[in-house]
Amino acid sequence: MKTRIYVTLKNGVLDPQGKAIHHGLEGLGFTGVNDVRAGKLIELDLDDSVTTADIERMCQQLLANTVIENFRIEPVAG
Amino acid sequence: MNSAVIVFPGSNCDRDMAVAIEQVTGKAPKMVWHRETSLPDGIDFIAVPGGFSYGDYLRCGAIAARSPIVAAVKQAAERGVRVLGVCNGFQVLTEAGMLPGALMRNATLDFICRDVALTVTNSDSDFTRLYAAGEQVNFPVAHHDGNFNADTETLDRLEGEGRVAFRYTTAINGSARDIAGILNDKRNVLGMMPHPERMVEPAHGGNDGRRLFESVLAAL
Repeated sequence: MKTRIYVTLKNGVLDPQGKAIHHGLEGLGFTGVNDVRAGKLIELDLDDSVTTADIERMCQQLLANTVIENFRIEPVAG
Repeated sequence: MNSAVIVFPGSNCDRDMAVAIEQVTGKAPKMVWHRETSLPDGIDFIAVPGGFSYGDYLRCGAIAARSPIVAAVKQAAERGVRVLGVCNGFQVLTEAGMLPGALMRNATLDFICRDVALTVTNSDSDFTRLYAAGEQVNFPVAHHDGNFNADTETLDRLEGEGRVAFRYTTAINGSARDIAGILNDKRNVLGMMPHPERMVEPAHGGNDGRRLFESVLAAL
C-alpha cells in the first residue's frame, strides 16, 4: 500500500524558498503568478497492517514539524 | 565541571566545542555518540554542537532530534543539567521540543558565514551572567537555516519572560525580532545560532565567547 504525505508550510509562515521560485518564474517572463509556496512530498510504501493512526503519528513525530508545517495524508489507489 | 559533547553523523563543530570547553573549564568533555542511550554519570553541562547532522535531511536537526541520546539529554535537562545548543545544536533542540519555535531557511537564501554583532539581551542566566545586559559582543555565524520563527504569542512570551538571551544587533537572516538565542522556561537550556566556541581566544579574533562558558562554570 502506498501513501503520500504532503507537507506544507502553515499559512502566515514566510516561505523564502517559495519566494525565490516566484522570482525565478518572473525572471523567465511568466506573469500572473500571485504567490508560490514550496512543500514536500513523502511517499511511503507500507504493510497493510499499518493504520491511518500510525501514519498520523509518523507525521506528528517526524515527517512534519507542526510548529511551522501542516501535513495531509493521501492513500494512493492501486 | 563534567561536560559532554554530543556527536551526530555530520557534526563538524564538536571538536571546536570540546577545545573551548577544555580551555575554559580545564577538563576535556566526554564525547558522546548519538547511538548511546545514556550520558556518563555526573554530567553538569551538555553541548549539542554545530554541523550538518544527517546531512540536514528532511529538516535541519530533525533526524538527530529523534536519536537515542537526545532522549537522555532531554531527561538530563529536566533534572536541571545545563544544555547549550549551537547552530545545528539549536536546530536539534527546537526539533526535540526542548526550545520553542523553528529555524527556517535564511530570508536572503544565502549561507551566512561571518562575524556578527550581538546584543546580550538577558544577562540573568547561567549562560550569560558574566556579560552585562545590553552589552554588544561579536560571535561568528555560519548557517543557512538560522531564520528563527515562532508565532506571535510565543515571541511575546519569550520576550515577556526575559528568555531572549541574544539578539542580532542588525538583522541578518530574517529571524523574528532579530532573535539569535533563546532560553527554555527553566533557563537551563540555551539555543543560539552564533558560535561562542569559535571566539574564546585572541587567535580567534576575539574572546567574547569565553564568558559564556565561564558563566556556566561559575554557576556550578
